Parts: sequence; structure tokens; C-alpha cells
Amino acid sequence: MTLMTLRRHARLRLLQIAAAFALVVLAGLLLASAPAYAETGKPAAADDATLLKYLQAHPGDVSGRVSIPDAKSGLLIQPEGRNWRELRNGAVSILGYVLILGIIVVLAIFYLVRGRIRVESGFSGRRIVRFDSLERFTHWLTAGSFIVLGLSGLNMLYGRRLLLPIMSPDSFAAMTHYGKLAHNFLSFAFVLGLLLMIVLWVHRNFPDRADMAWLRAGGGMFSKGKHPPATKFNAGQKILFWLVVLCGILISISGYVLMFPFSVTNMPGMQTAQAVHAILALVLIAVIIAHIYNGTLGMEGAFDAMGTGEVDLNWAKEHHSLWVAETQSRTDAAPGAVPRAGAAE
Amino acid sequence: MARMKFLCDAERCIECNACVTACKNEHEVPWGINRRRVVTINDGKPGEKSISMACMHCTDAPCMAVCPVDCFYRTEDGVVLHSKDLCIGCGYCFYACPFGAPQYPQVGNFGSRGKMDKCTFCSGGPEADNSPAEFEKYGTNRLAEGKLPLCAEMCSTKSLLAGDGDIIAQIYEERVAKRGYGSGAWGWSTAYKTGQSAETAPGKSG
Repeated sequence: MTLMTLRRHARLRLLQIAAAFALVVLAGLLLASAPAYAETGKPAAADDATLLKYLQAHPGDVSGRVSIPDAKSGLLIQPEGRNWRELRNGAVSILGYVLILGIIVVLAIFYLVRGRIRVESGFSGRRIVRFDSLERFTHWLTAGSFIVLGLSGLNMLYGRRLLLPIMSPDSFAAMTHYGKLAHNFLSFAFVLGLLLMIVLWVHRNFPDRADMAWLRAGGGMFSKGKHPPATKFNAGQKILFWLVVLCGILISISGYVLMFPFSVTNMPGMQTAQAVHAILALVLIAVIIAHIYNGTLGMEGAFDAMGTGEVDLNWAKEHHSLWVAETQSRTDAAPGAVPRAGAAE
Repeated sequence: MARMKFLCDAERCIECNACVTACKNEHEVPWGINRRRVVTINDGKPGEKSISMACMHCTDAPCMAVCPVDCFYRTEDGVVLHSKDLCIGCGYCFYACPFGAPQYPQVGNFGSRGKMDKCTFCSGGPEADNSPAEFEKYGTNRLAEGKLPLCAEMCSTKSLLAGDGDIIAQIYEERVAKRGYGSGAWGWSTAYKTGQSAETAPGKSG
């Protein structure tokens, strides 16, 4: 025999023995009668995949006792790490590209086809208060922190592929490090904003009869001159609200689980938390990109609502007719509280 | 160049923890960090086995694959090393590692877990061989001195083998042939199963 065949033979033998032991361990763990098999040395064939499959089904079974203080290190082999790696580097990464590039393409097509949605009856010059200072503070607290959180989070997932090639390793690592610090600390601002948002707006975001009509009309998005009636928030904004609240809460919870590693959960829990955090954050980033488009480029007069807090009356009548009626009937009833009218100045 | 690997013969390990102690002492590893540990499975029951486990320097290293700042690199000997200057302590390598090898100086503290620390196969880090900076961050660089990892070198039963993967596999194979049984090279299928081509890829892999 040549050296090559000898070596191959040796390797094959080793594999056979390893495979044989895998079966012994399986049998031992299942039947608690391992030694009898171990001494015979003639178990039936089994491969490492079988062992791995078994370990995955019972992750606790491969752990043992350690004499060092870190009891967690008793976990000998953790095959779930492979799944987490494949999920993060594969599906989650691809999902992010699809969602973010997808929403940008959709918005670009919409802009090219429909253009900017104008105030069709023109600006009236009269303005009414849409969001008071506390509402705007809440919005910008959440929005500002979300932008930093989103960018630093995207950097954790894509920076290595997209930014590292055009930066030095040192500066990229430093940027990612400070990004992570900002991510951790700004999370508190985001959560505060989220909670204030719920307190301020939840009562206006329960579905009502107008929402069905609004949705059936596609929000008037696809045809000029069509403005389905809506209250302070239309059905689209209500969907946005609930997406932000639900995704935001789950992202926050999973984020704090990640921030305090292993304090509330174990390894599979940490891996799940990271996956949930990343997937929902990517969904929310895509949703918010659409929201930013709507509030700026997409619709004339919309930014004022969160900018100065006062919107043009004609804009309000077109997009939130029921809310205007509600506000005006309230001010008619109490003449002392007339909304500030820009034209009167 | 040789492809360095670890192999623990579970039939020989007597759980003396000398490898753990030797590693801590040689590299002056800080409190709370154990680059190597001995795990006893089925303790006190039939089929009890002890296995000394550390970073296995995987062929397709999961830590390297998930690191957001790409701080890992592979030496010409197939050893997986990392730069503590680049590490941001995010903990991803620990989630991905099948062997629980990465260690962190801090448990929590807003997720700032400090610079990750792990077995270097006694071959230091990116700094100049056996410079004070290298020693402070990664411990001694025995490979640069032509020596093999201390844990395996001083193993009293020669259960833990470290060195050229082909040679230690052959030693193990001879043992198994001689005694007629063997409990398998723990972690080998997980660490070294993938193709041979990437094994000896020199320098930093992207």
C-alpha cells in the first residue's frame, strides 16, 4: 500500500470509530447502559449527523459537571450555534436586503407614477394645530433615537460587508464600538418615546368604521381628487402606529435580553432574542422608510404636522376631514379656544 | 505548514484539571476567564467521561463568520486568532461557537462585555511575537518558540494532544487499534468536517 492509501485507511478507520462511538453515546444516553456496548467495540454503523441530530433535540444532554465556577461552561457542545450562524448570516441578512431595497424600489416607482401628492385645493393660508409640543417631542424623541439605533444596528449586520472594505479595520472597529454604545444607551430614549406614544395616541388608533372605507379606497393614494374621510389618524397611520408599538415593544424586550447577556435566559434564548431583534428591526426600518417618505417627499404639507405642529386647513380637510369637523365643532362650542389662524395675522 | 489541531482522548482524561491550571498560569489569564475547561459527563454514572475542551480552531470557524468587525484571522498553522484591538465585545462569537470557547471579562454591564478572550493555541495575537503587548493581551507565544501548547505538553496521561492534525490523529488511531475501543475524537466532526482547502489559507481571510 502506498502512503496515501495508508493515510486514507487510517482516516477512514478513525471516522468509523468516531461514528461507532456516536452510536454508543446515543444508546448510552437513551438506555443508560453504555459500558456494555463500549467494551464490545462492535456497534452498528452511525454517523456524526445522527449524533448531531440527537444533540439538537436534547441540547441539555451534552452538558456535564465542571469544577470551575462558571457552571454554564459545563455545556460541552452546542450545535445550535450553527443554526444561529446560518440564520444570521443567511436568511436574516437576505431579508434585510429584500425589505429595505424593496421598499425603496416601491417608493421610487410610486413617486415616478403618482408624483408628489399635492394639496389639491391649494393652501388656504389658515392653519390649525395638529400636534401639540408634547406630541412632537414624543415623535422626535422616538424618531431621533430610532435613526441612530437603526443605523448602528444595520452596521452590526452589514457594516463588515459594506463599510469595512472602504475603511481601515481600526476606524471601522472604533465606529462599530461607539455605534454599539450609542445603540445601548439610546435604547432608553426610544423606549420612553414608545411609551409616551402609546399614552398619547392609543385612544385614537382603535379601528373604526371610516377605516374600512379608507382602506377600500386605497387611502386615495392611487387616484387624484379622491380623499376618503378619516379621523385624526387614518387607517394607514393606525397600521403604522400598531406596527411601531408592537414591533417596538418586542424589539425593546429582545434588546434588553441581549444587553444583559444570560441574566434572564440561556444560550438558545440569547440566540432567539438576537434573531427576533434583528428580524423585527429590519421590518420596522422598512416601514419607517415608507413613513419618512410620506411625511416629507411624498406629500405636500404633511411635514408641518410634526414640524411646526400646525397644518394648513385645506390639507387637513383633504386628509383628515372627520378630525377637522371634530375639532371645529369643539372650538365652535367653546369660542374662547379658537385655533390660531395664520391668515388673520 | 502543519494544520494544528487539538484532540482529547476521553478514555485517558482523569479530570485532573492540570491543563486548565497550566493554561491560566502560562498566559496569566484574568479572574473569571478559563480558556480551557474539563467537562465531566455522566458524572458518577456508568459511561462517565471527562473531556478537556477549549477553542478547537475550526476549519470553517463560526466565530470568524459572525464577527461584525471581522477581528478574527487564521495563521499559516490553521490556528484561529483574533485582535483584541478590533473586538467590540458584542458576544456574537459566543452565540455561534459550538464549544463555548469565547470568554469575556465582564458578565453584563450594558452589553459591554470587554474584549473577548479565548485559547490562542499558545500562539499569541497580531502583535510582534512575544512582545510585552502580545503577552499582555494574549499570553505567551509558544509556537513562535517552536513549542506546542502547554496544556497538551504537560498532560500527565497524554489524553490531550496538540499538534499537526495528521500526526495526532495517527497517534489516536494507533491507541484505539491497540486497546480495541475509543470514544471518538470529541468535537472533530464539528470543528474540522468541512473541506481541506480553506484549512491552510494563509493570512487574514475575509
